[in-house]
Amino acid sequence: MKIAGLIVVLLCGCLLIYGTVDFPEWGDPASPASTHVSPYYIETTMEDTSVPNIVTAVLADYRGYDTMFETIVIFCAGIACIFLLRTYTHQAPETRLYRHIPTGIILRIKKGGKLPEDSTDFERVDLQWVPYDLIIKTACRVVVPFVQLFALYVIAHGHHSPGGGFQGGVILGATLILYAISHDLRTTIKRMSEKAVILLSAAGVFIYASTGALCLLFGVNYLDYSGLAAILGVDPVSARSHGILIVEIGVGVAVMAVMVSLYYNLSSVGKQDEGL
Amino acid sequence: MTWQLDHIILSLVIILALGAITVKDLLGAAILFGAYSFMMCLLWAIMGAVDVAFTEASVGAGVSTVFFVAAVFRTTRRTKD
Repeated sequence: MKIAGLIVVLLCGCLLIYGTVDFPEWGDPASPASTHVSPYYIETTMEDTSVPNIVTAVLADYRGYDTMFETIVIFCAGIACIFLLRTYTHQAPETRLYRHIPTGIILRIKKGGKLPEDSTDFERVDLQWVPYDLIIKTACRVVVPFVQLFALYVIAHGHHSPGGGFQGGVILGATLILYAISHDLRTTIKRMSEKAVILLSAAGVFIYASTGALCLLFGVNYLDYSGLAAILGVDPVSARSHGILIVEIGVGVAVMAVMVSLYYNLSSVGKQDEGL
Repeated sequence: MTWQLDHIILSLVIILALGAITVKDLLGAAILFGAYSFMMCLLWAIMGAVDVAFTEASVGAGVSTVFFVAAVFRTTRRTKD
């Protein structure tokens, strides 16, 4: 059976490689992709939208539908992960570990024992992941705000440089994941609760879709941001540039929330109690 | 210079992909997959698709590796086949 599978895979691989022979040369100006719409984008993006980065303009303006449904796909992935993994029947773990902070001694408290929940001298530690590392904690705490600032820069500067909502949102989510890895999952959930994460992932999609719907109210097509010129107080060309920024923010919020939600559920098997 | 670099990265992509599917240790496979994503990111950057390279670096090499490690941490580290 294994050999039959190998033969099938090899055949498919050879067919795919054979198929690439028909592809146009890399960077060929006469290829179909470079002869129909690409010249239009290259020549008129600056006049239409006043966005120097053509990729961003195509992604969020000319091909706004694609990006909106990409965001919805990511939102659906987060929701599916919650449906598959999240368990709401909460069972307290049999034993818990508490570290006495001044001495570093770890106490194992069996079920029914008295838990030092309200004491400031004790902190709860995970059963599987216990090393206490001051250097990693401090270093990550110093790094996180700068990385978050960079993520906001990536989202806001997508018009002029590579970047945009997806990349910035992923980096913003990665900072929270870094915080969860360097401290623990409960500390992160205290900062950003599960409810907030789910609400934000829906809010990001809502920002994108409602910007499009707002354009409809001004009598232009769905996601044609030039209709927003009246409420933004600028000319229609700048309005398209600002509209791109608004939807990029929506994408960033949705992607960030979904990444954090995926990590919460994956690393704690849906219990959101003890994580990586 | 560029085509030598191209060939080195392309062969690294193939080696890392083969390594990621043959290695028995799933944590190692996750890390090899992250390295594979990073090599793909370099390839995109060489071809001038900087936006795609940025996405590949943040999603492929960054967050998805963390997700794989989290999944390995919660399941098993050894593969059966």
